[in-house]
Amino acid sequence: MTPELFIQYLFAGITYGIIYAIVAIGFNIIYNTTGIINFAQGEFVMLGGMIAITMHSVMPIPLAIVAAVVITMVVGALIEMVFIRWLESPSVLRMIIITIGISILAREVALHIWGESVRALPYFIGNEVTSVSILGAKISPQVLWVIGVCSLMVAGLSLFFKFTSLGREMRACAANRRAATLCGINTKNMVTLSFVLSAGIGAVAGCVMSPITYSDYSMGPNLAIKGFTVAILGGLGNSVAAVTAGLLLGIIEAFSISVLPLAFQDAIATSILLLILFVRPHGLFGSSEAASLKEF
Amino acid sequence: MDLFKRYFPVFSLLAVVVGIQVVTHFTETTYYLTQLTMSAYYSVVVIGLCVLMGYGGQISLGHAGFFAIGGYLAGALTTHNLITLKGHRLVSLLDNVGLLVDSKGLYGGDLLTVEPWAACIIAVLTAGLIAFAIGGPILKLKGHYLAMATLGFGIIIYRIALASAYFGEADGISEVPGFKLLPGIEVSGSFVSRVLNYYIAWGMVIVAVILLLNLIHSRVGRALRSIHGAEEAANAMGVNTARYKLYIFVLSAVFAALAGVFVTHYNGGIGPSEAGVMKSVRYVAIVAVGGMANIWGALIMGIVLNFLSLRGVFGSYDDAVFGVILIIIMLFAPQGILNINPGQKVKSLLSFFVSKSGEETTE
Amino acid sequence: MKRISNSVVTVVISFCLVAGFSLASVAKAENIKVGAILAVTGGASFLGGPEARTLEMMVEEINANGGINGNKIDLIIKDSGANPEKAISFTKQLIEEEKVFAIIGPSTSGETMKIKNIVEEAKMILLSCAAAEVIVNPVAKYVFKTPQKDSHAVQKIYGTMKDMGITKIAVLAGNTGFGKAGKGQLEKIAPEFGIEVLMAEVYDKKATDLSAVVAKLMANKDIQAVVNWSIVPAQGILAKNMRQAGWDVPLFQSHGFGNIKYVEAGGAAAEGIIFPAGRLLIANSLPEGHPQKQLLVRYLIDYETKYPEDKVSTFGGHAYDALTILVAAIEKAGTDKEKVRDAIENLTGVAGTAGVFNFSPEDHNGLDINSFEMLTVKDGKFALYHK
Repeated sequence: MTPELFIQYLFAGITYGIIYAIVAIGFNIIYNTTGIINFAQGEFVMLGGMIAITMHSVMPIPLAIVAAVVITMVVGALIEMVFIRWLESPSVLRMIIITIGISILAREVALHIWGESVRALPYFIGNEVTSVSILGAKISPQVLWVIGVCSLMVAGLSLFFKFTSLGREMRACAANRRAATLCGINTKNMVTLSFVLSAGIGAVAGCVMSPITYSDYSMGPNLAIKGFTVAILGGLGNSVAAVTAGLLLGIIEAFSISVLPLAFQDAIATSILLLILFVRPHGLFGSSEAASLKEF
Repeated sequence: MDLFKRYFPVFSLLAVVVGIQVVTHFTETTYYLTQLTMSAYYSVVVIGLCVLMGYGGQISLGHAGFFAIGGYLAGALTTHNLITLKGHRLVSLLDNVGLLVDSKGLYGGDLLTVEPWAACIIAVLTAGLIAFAIGGPILKLKGHYLAMATLGFGIIIYRIALASAYFGEADGISEVPGFKLLPGIEVSGSFVSRVLNYYIAWGMVIVAVILLLNLIHSRVGRALRSIHGAEEAANAMGVNTARYKLYIFVLSAVFAALAGVFVTHYNGGIGPSEAGVMKSVRYVAIVAVGGMANIWGALIMGIVLNFLSLRGVFGSYDDAVFGVILIIIMLFAPQGILNINPGQKVKSLLSFFVSKSGEETTE
Repeated sequence: MKRISNSVVTVVISFCLVAGFSLASVAKAENIKVGAILAVTGGASFLGGPEARTLEMMVEEINANGGINGNKIDLIIKDSGANPEKAISFTKQLIEEEKVFAIIGPSTSGETMKIKNIVEEAKMILLSCAAAEVIVNPVAKYVFKTPQKDSHAVQKIYGTMKDMGITKIAVLAGNTGFGKAGKGQLEKIAPEFGIEVLMAEVYDKKATDLSAVVAKLMANKDIQAVVNWSIVPAQGILAKNMRQAGWDVPLFQSHGFGNIKYVEAGGAAAEGIIFPAGRLLIANSLPEGHPQKQLLVRYLIDYETKYPEDKVSTFGGHAYDALTILVAAIEKAGTDKEKVRDAIENLTGVAGTAGVFNFSPEDHNGLDINSFEMLTVKDGKFALYHK
């Protein structure tokens, strides 16, 4: 394999991987405060992209993206308030089914609003054929946008959780919900906030990736499955590990093409998921004791 | 008396089934039997899953995978022409044992294919063995992990169906012949044998229901209920929970595969959408709507919802309708639609809003 | 005991509901009923959507003009979501309950193959909008199809390649029925033109990025051109990924590229793509006397006036042709089903969006290789390809 080819695969892998990681972090934020896996996480990404494209017809790209992210955050909050907030200690099974229902509903609403055709935001810099040369490989500048924006988001999130009081309160919820309540934290609001936050980062990802991957109403489930694989791979709830796991999965997928037919690409992620679930359900980087303490 | 109590609904079901056939016969609307037959087969998957979810407490988002294993294997074995391999020793051996049939193709040409009975047994056995093999590690998981693992299994089956030339890739398998159960009794979609097929399908449903009812009221059923209630406690009492969970998982997989075989012969083909994730979600939705631990609820919902969906009543909103039903039932009646107590629901809703407004005024 | 009697009551009630549906009598109409089974939603909605919209538009217009020989058309569209089991159920429903005159669709080859035997048994005319050649080969008496043959598209592409001096190619295909059939034909016909398929890959119909596979193909320096066979949005993605990677070998697409939206989505990367297609996409630049010109321009203007959100595509054109053929046959033979079937089989010189149809008992597709033109993308628009 020539060095150029290697770099080409690597960047393809990093692009996939960072998007998976963002979806996985979305899963983790909600999982940490509620113990729920939000099966509709992929739909946030879809909504972000689709709304931004619609907004772009009346306003410039940066504004359209901001508007799309805000609207998706509101949708996230509404979903939590309408479907989740008032349930008293729902079972895991019930929550799985509800979030699957929400995902189906969001998809169908999108189908009837936007129709079946694909759309895309224009490239932020240059156009479809622009590329920059990195170590002999040619990469679209949009790929650098995706990597840059997503890295910033990950860094921003970890600062938020570490250094702001709101972030600390959310972490307190994650660690022990009852204790957090006793300390005067309004855990219900923290749950809403977690939905808003994860809808927001999903929407940002949906916007920056739209020029590369296009957006359409049915893009959610595939992303959600990949994102969940990454979340499990890193250990549920661990966002830093999710980034590592995301990049790992993305790069494995990209390089797998060099030896295996492309048709098997999606089967690889699923097989890795099953393997990890069977062998190390607490993830590659998680500890089994910590995992067994979590409520399922 | 006990037995009478248990089987009384079965007899009523039988009466209703016959009743519908008679009514449609005299009103010349026998065409409704087509969708009722298909719904009946899908309901077999649903009631199997109902026992797994309701009594075993294990969610499966991969049951369309087992359905597809059954349907695809039966379809592929009974359609792939082995005539060019006729000289091969293995093929001629199978032929001599009577596992192969010679026939004429619809558009000319000789066909040498696997006998449907043999194909059916192979298909169901394969599904059962796969369920047995993956059931061990999968059923150790709980909650979200279990959901995702079964979903992953379903996706892999879907990918295999979609990627392999043997299973027809995106086109699936067509021109699957009928399945002669006994001389004169054939599972096929031809217009003339519709009434017969209606009874075959419902016969299968009734046998399945009786089997499951017996199971629930047996030692196994009690053990299963204890698993659902408190698995650790059941374990401590010496119930081998892992074994019972596996048992019920394999059983529900076999039900799904059997339904898959029959639907494939009835429809004359199968496509990858039968293996899709959306299908699995649908089965779970129906079980949830019918009430988790309620075979009758699951059966009724399986018939009604599939019947309406197959008739295209929901038009372009088919998936949306399922999504909405899923959410509403899970929000307001997690015990299923047949267990709704309307008065109490209104009361609890009211009290929710009252307390809510109370909160706001105090703040 | 109460619980049991409860469940009995529910069993009875729900079956009465079902039976109630059975008793609802079907309104009798003098009109000609035409059924359509289309994938309006689901994985093939980019086919079924325009097809359904086209049929609705045409039927409205035909009825406004007084129908066919005075008979109005009742159109019943059933959304199969590309599920074969639904297509089967709907076919039986349309045949026996609605007692339709003919069925248009389904949109996909998989569904069409499932219902082929059913319509044969019921002696029901089926005008499929799906591409695969197995639909009409072997010929089934009542089954016709309107999209062009894959093999003709392949021959057209290979012919162009020969002129360009290309002999070594790579093939990519989407994992849909369309992609599967096309890949098969590409590999089968290649030797006839002295062309060698060096690599062949299949990608998922929902693929969102193909840069890794582009890198894989690019590493093989012998490849002189890429042929991509699919109907999905990934057609535009492939073009982008190839050009971004700085790979400038010619890119050929199939006739599934016939939707200007794919060009828009591909942007600058779509420039120079070469593909075979019917003349719908270049209707306005056809010479005045061309047999298809008038019809194509009318369809284009009608469709885009009625659905300003949408752009005309060859997919909707397949449904347009199906109804056009049916109407032509009914005008000729009246409302007797058998006579209409015979009439379709003997139709010649009927201009449609895909080409000029000349049916015969041996050919239930009726299109020849001349129904294709080689097109290219120039300044974001379709244009005739000149060597």
